[in-house]
Amino acid sequence: MALDTSTAPSAAPSKLVKAATSETRFARRTLIIVALGFVALFLVLPLATVFIEAFRKGPAEFATALRDPETFSAIRLTLIVAAISVPLNLVFGVAAAWAIAKFEFKGKAFLTTLIDLPFSVSPVISGLVFVLLFGGHSALGPFLQKHGIQILFAVPGLVLATVFVTFPFVARELIPLMQEQGTSDEEAALSLGATGWQTFWHVTLPNIKWGLLYGVLLCNARAMGEFGAVSVVSGHIRGQTNTMPLQVEILYNEYNFVAAFAVAAVLALLALVTLVLKTALELRYSDEIAASRRH
Amino acid sequence: MAFRSSTRWRFRQPSVIPGFGLALGVTLTWLTLIVLIPLSGLIWRSSGLGWSSFMALVLDERTVNALTISFGTAFIAAVVNLFFGVILAWVLVRYRFPGKRVIDAMVDLPFALPTAVAGIALTALYAPNGWIGSFLEPLGIKIAFTPAGIVVALVFVGLPFVVRTVQPVMEEIDKEVEEAAATLGANRYQTISRVLLPGLLPAGLTGFALAFARGVGEYGSVIFIAGNLPYVSEIAPLLIIIRLEEFNYPAATAIATVMLFLSFIMLLVINSIQAWSRRRYSNGA
Repeated sequence: MALDTSTAPSAAPSKLVKAATSETRFARRTLIIVALGFVALFLVLPLATVFIEAFRKGPAEFATALRDPETFSAIRLTLIVAAISVPLNLVFGVAAAWAIAKFEFKGKAFLTTLIDLPFSVSPVISGLVFVLLFGGHSALGPFLQKHGIQILFAVPGLVLATVFVTFPFVARELIPLMQEQGTSDEEAALSLGATGWQTFWHVTLPNIKWGLLYGVLLCNARAMGEFGAVSVVSGHIRGQTNTMPLQVEILYNEYNFVAAFAVAAVLALLALVTLVLKTALELRYSDEIAASRRH
Repeated sequence: MAFRSSTRWRFRQPSVIPGFGLALGVTLTWLTLIVLIPLSGLIWRSSGLGWSSFMALVLDERTVNALTISFGTAFIAAVVNLFFGVILAWVLVRYRFPGKRVIDAMVDLPFALPTAVAGIALTALYAPNGWIGSFLEPLGIKIAFTPAGIVVALVFVGLPFVVRTVQPVMEEIDKEVEEAAATLGANRYQTISRVLLPGLLPAGLTGFALAFARGVGEYGSVIFIAGNLPYVSEIAPLLIIIRLEEFNYPAATAIATVMLFLSFIMLLVINSIQAWSRRRYSNGA
């Protein structure tokens, strides 16, 4: 396609160049339809199904399903497990990011890989490792039994599995952000006489607060929604060790579809709130969350 | 627990920033307790089995079938996601249309939605009496309770991995590269296939590998839609749980070890793709 700018009218060349670096109207429309169709089929429809099935027999049935004492205890347990696991990983994430982003030391890349490790392990295996560690036939099993310490089929096991699965979330969010921000702010504070903790609380923390919130948000969504790992260590004791996702499974397998989808709808609502907050953070504080998250 | 950093940690470069010892100490302690000890416990258990009995457990027909199904369906789903994920990323980066922001945010839904919820929703949709299933039923296509159902669940779970790795790279593409290709006489198809897509290859492969690795280990969204027929639609993570419920710990351990080993290989592959792409494409950037 030869562009003869000398003879063409002034508007024509830009039109030609534009045509050469963008697709035809037809191609554009087709691609948009394919993409939107895919999103509708695989994302929008499943989400809509959850709410439609939950309200299939009306809001009264939905409310009754949620008032069931076993469902209520599942909601409570999910909140307890998340309330313990998320702060633990928050502290870990900040410590890991401080060490990795603010210092240069040998083996840093390897340490980062190890922190990411739980992401590449199947959730079922994440639960299995704790069964092998604390189960009745393990080295620790008889000791725990003798002292009446219950880890599996109880809250500690659920917390351990959840912490394992959500291990990298906060650290992964903070490391690139803190690396980007460098150390000059902290150095300035220290040279002005601030102590280490003062520097952290008054300089670093305000710099990373939105990125931290972002990481906690994702960590919490996974902690409340985790299924595979928790399923292995829970023992499925009704009304005692069932979290919300496990309660969904039990109700579903009993063909109690309205109740199963009612609990699922609460979890889906949580997912939607997470998405809205996440998008809001990306739009409003794009400079203060990790570069990889800015769209 | 504050160590005197200058004497204790000589392997780091000097810095005026305090707290290295404390931060690294917390990190290593937590990492060891939560991740390293439990995972090495698994390896230790499985090494206690002895090579021949380990191999016998792994080569058991049902185990081999389950592993083949897990890896096969995850591969197909990752291919589907690579194709549609690149189109979706392209549409989101290049075009303007109503509702674009919402669609962009929706892409992360599989990260936020609990897998069990996704599982029962997809099953309700694709079951023979579901919205989509009832359309396909007269055509003789069965999705739910067959391996195709597993692929559907894994496509859902893996989609954001491809889109979110390809999208930022696409945004970085310099318009001048396309203009240069066009002035050199390339038509739009040639520009896309010879200039743009090769540049997206590393990101695409990384997204593919991430989606594949996630699909292999996925449990929650799959078990509802799969039908879980041994030798046909039984995935490896489910077989681990079945063996655990039978108190057959050696078999559960052996399957888990093989899966863990294969995921490590995946992790290595992902890391080498990224290292390769940094070497290959860092000159221009």
